[in-house]
Amino acid sequence: MSRLSELFEQKNKRVLNVYCTAGYPHLNSTMEVMESLQKNGADIIELGMPYSDPLADGEVIQNSSLIALNNGMTIDALFEQLEKMRPSIHIPVVLMGYMNPILQYGLEDFCKKAKSVGVDGLILPDLPLFEFEQVYGATIKSNDLDFIFLVTPETPETRLRKLDSLSSGFLYAVSSSATTGTDKDFTKVAMYLERLKSMQLKNPFLVGFGIKDKASFDAVNVFANGAIIGSAYIQALSKEKDVETTTKTFLEGVLSN
Amino acid sequence: MHLFNELTNYQQPTEEGYYGQYGGAYIPEMLYSNVETLKNQYLQIMDDPAFKAEVAALLKDYVGRPTPLFYAERLSAEIGAKIYLKREDLCHTGAHKINNTVGQIILAQRLGKKKIIAETGAGQHGVATATVCALKGMECVVYMGEKDIERQAPNVARMKMLGATVVPAKSGSKTLKDATNEAIRAWINEPDTTHYIIGSVVGPHPYPDMVARFQSVISAEMRTQLKAVTGSALPTHVVACVGGGSNAAGAFYHYLNEPTVELVAVEAAGHGVHSGMSAATTQLGSTGILHGSKSIVMQTKDGQVVEPHSISAGLDYPGIGPLHAFLYASKRGTFMSATDEAALQWAFHLSEIEGIIPALETAHAFAVLPEMNLKLTDVVIVCLSGRGDKDLATYMQAMDMK
Repeated sequence: MSRLSELFEQKNKRVLNVYCTAGYPHLNSTMEVMESLQKNGADIIELGMPYSDPLADGEVIQNSSLIALNNGMTIDALFEQLEKMRPSIHIPVVLMGYMNPILQYGLEDFCKKAKSVGVDGLILPDLPLFEFEQVYGATIKSNDLDFIFLVTPETPETRLRKLDSLSSGFLYAVSSSATTGTDKDFTKVAMYLERLKSMQLKNPFLVGFGIKDKASFDAVNVFANGAIIGSAYIQALSKEKDVETTTKTFLEGVLSN
Repeated sequence: MHLFNELTNYQQPTEEGYYGQYGGAYIPEMLYSNVETLKNQYLQIMDDPAFKAEVAALLKDYVGRPTPLFYAERLSAEIGAKIYLKREDLCHTGAHKINNTVGQIILAQRLGKKKIIAETGAGQHGVATATVCALKGMECVVYMGEKDIERQAPNVARMKMLGATVVPAKSGSKTLKDATNEAIRAWINEPDTTHYIIGSVVGPHPYPDMVARFQSVISAEMRTQLKAVTGSALPTHVVACVGGGSNAAGAFYHYLNEPTVELVAVEAAGHGVHSGMSAATTQLGSTGILHGSKSIVMQTKDGQVVEPHSISAGLDYPGIGPLHAFLYASKRGTFMSATDEAALQWAFHLSEIEGIIPALETAHAFAVLPEMNLKLTDVVIVCLSGRGDKDLATYMQAMDMK
């Protein structure tokens, strides 16, 4: 059983996935950030592989990507950093990124290397359903990596069920059609999440985009299995205090009762 | 990759938008519904007789089509071939870009959209979009690289005068690539009410095909006009500059399936193809994904998109439309390039011998004529895609340095 499936078997409420950009704020911050996230209550770590043209991301993650690239972060450098992450990092780790750098690296090599360092799954927002089924999906699956599709309030039901059936680990429910780091009207979001919950999907679903604090985390957890926080954490890290203090304060805020 | 049908008809990508291995729609799920609606409806809307009539009437009475096909006598004598100029510079707003925006604004109305967004490089597409938005009373927001806003000040002023909001793109290289990213992000944030008018034959399917079809009026007219003066609709060569490739797509379109017509695409070499300051995508790029389609992309070995360079903002783009990538890979197209210096020189030369001041982008197309080994019997059409008013500051600077 994959680490993600195991996690959701043990915990299917208030699962917290925290995103951070690999190589941010400093090239060698990646492991320190991951250890800190694990220690302070994150259930899943989503590592962003920085890209020059991140279409689905808002300003905060764009800036962190640019800084990480300028720090010298590459896919090779990331795999080198992750080589010794297991077993000290015991929670699931998923990589988020865009297709172009992965195609240049070679998808087969990328998947093999990711699996060998202990990565559990992939989130690739610009890999659509058609191309996944026709070309790329088989390589990802044959390397035993979970693949997590995004769904939105506008995704028609038949397509949503298909995306669910092709996903494993969890489903990424985008709170509304928007780039990351945009504020949301949570009453509208609630109706959509209620619908998702009632669909009895194969996968648990985590809500992302616009989750930034305790209030928004609690709000989506009424229906979802958990949530993904990205921009708000990156913003906290950008204040340049030490990683551990920042992460502890941030996650305590989100997870407090 | 053999999963996508080999094309026998260059005018028709597969249902999923592939020209050979290039094309497709590599978009985040947030854009799926919008792009899917467009994909399912664009051909039907464009085939509707009422739609066709509405577009044709505007192209005639508002844009000023058909644009002339002009025999350039002195240029022909100098080069040693019969050279005709397709005068897209005489279109309303000064370039071919309006052929596409006229079509897309009416299509946006049919789709029930209230707001238009667009990206622009040189500002020609931004102006053409702002113009049709004013005409149809639609809200218009144009994303433009901060660097381009500086070097294309007259077009920024025109857009504002036409009632558009110009939003500077401050990320990355602050040029066309980044303006396109910002426009796509804006579209992701407001997909229901907004139509995105892409200005070139780039972006996710169906944009490359849709924009090529709207621009194809250029070569449809060429055929009729050339036949009237020479007795044959077929030239030996069609020459056009290529950034994303919209004027080239339009000029090539009705010749794509005519194997005797050589299609010459001219890219911007900047300071020289291998100078590190260039935008010659087919020469420097490799297969990649940019702005929602698979094509040829200028990138590092790590797959980060490279910041290109060209003196002309309209060609300063690290990608190329998937149709052109396929023309390059299949060798149906001949790809050449011209440097900043050659383009500048030809902008002056064309002004002096034909009395036509071309846009800097367009000047690139003329710069390759002496290198084409043309014969006296060759009949060449150069797509004169735009006029040079917007580049006067650059031209004035060049004159000061002489």
